[in-house]
Amino acid sequence: MSIDQVVDTKGELCPMPVVRARLAMDKLRPGQVLQVVATDPASCDDFPAWCRAQKHTLVESRQAQGVYTYLIRKGG
Amino acid sequence: MVQVKDSQLLDAETFARLHAQAHQETEVKRIALVASKGTLDMAYPPLILATTAAAMGQEAAIFFTFYGLDILNKKRLARLKVPPLANPAMPVPVPNIVGAIPGMTAMATWMMGRMMRKQKMPTVPQFLDLAKQLRVRLIACTTTMGIMGISKEDLVDGVELQGAAAFLEYASQAQVTLFV
Repeated sequence: MSIDQVVDTKGELCPMPVVRARLAMDKLRPGQVLQVVATDPASCDDFPAWCRAQKHTLVESRQAQGVYTYLIRKGG
Repeated sequence: MVQVKDSQLLDAETFARLHAQAHQETEVKRIALVASKGTLDMAYPPLILATTAAAMGQEAAIFFTFYGLDILNKKRLARLKVPPLANPAMPVPVPNIVGAIPGMTAMATWMMGRMMRKQKMPTVPQFLDLAKQLRVRLIACTTTMGIMGISKEDLVDGVELQGAAAFLEYASQAQVTLFV
């Protein structure tokens, strides 16, 4: 899968990962894929909730060495 | 193993309905906040909540009233302070009387600013910019402006002026209303 945009929120706390993801997503077209990298543990709940609310698809969630990576396909 | 008696079981229909409800979307569509305090520690919660709500696609508005209006005041918003007096939640607990010593407010404010920078949290002016980018409505209470002699020019750009009745009408259609 091709990634259209990457947002690095490492070191930032809630709500910044979601806020930055939203600002980045606004610039993408439906179907395009955003990768979000985060270290905030709250992101585990926040991104599924955000995707539900925004009708995006959370394609993949990964965690390794305290870094969370989410692949999100823009809905709409 | 705990045995469930037949009489305690829900009928199949009710059980299926409850199960289905667990998967229903509970969509919050509007959030209306009141920001009534002009200290640095009380400026963050409404800005964080409104920005998050907007990022989730919800309509969000903050009604800035009384000292909360300082958060929109161009001359004051970058200089909001943390009051150490009667604040038992200080990062370094100090006896209350120490909080009254001159310089302690500056110190408490500096400490909070340092904590925020360390965690890469945006400043209050940066949060206001984010809120505006995400189309959070920033509403200045007209009564407060009158009482405190504040004009529209004293406030940051993009602020709406509104009275209590108009805001309450907006808030009455909100699923979340919080007073900070």
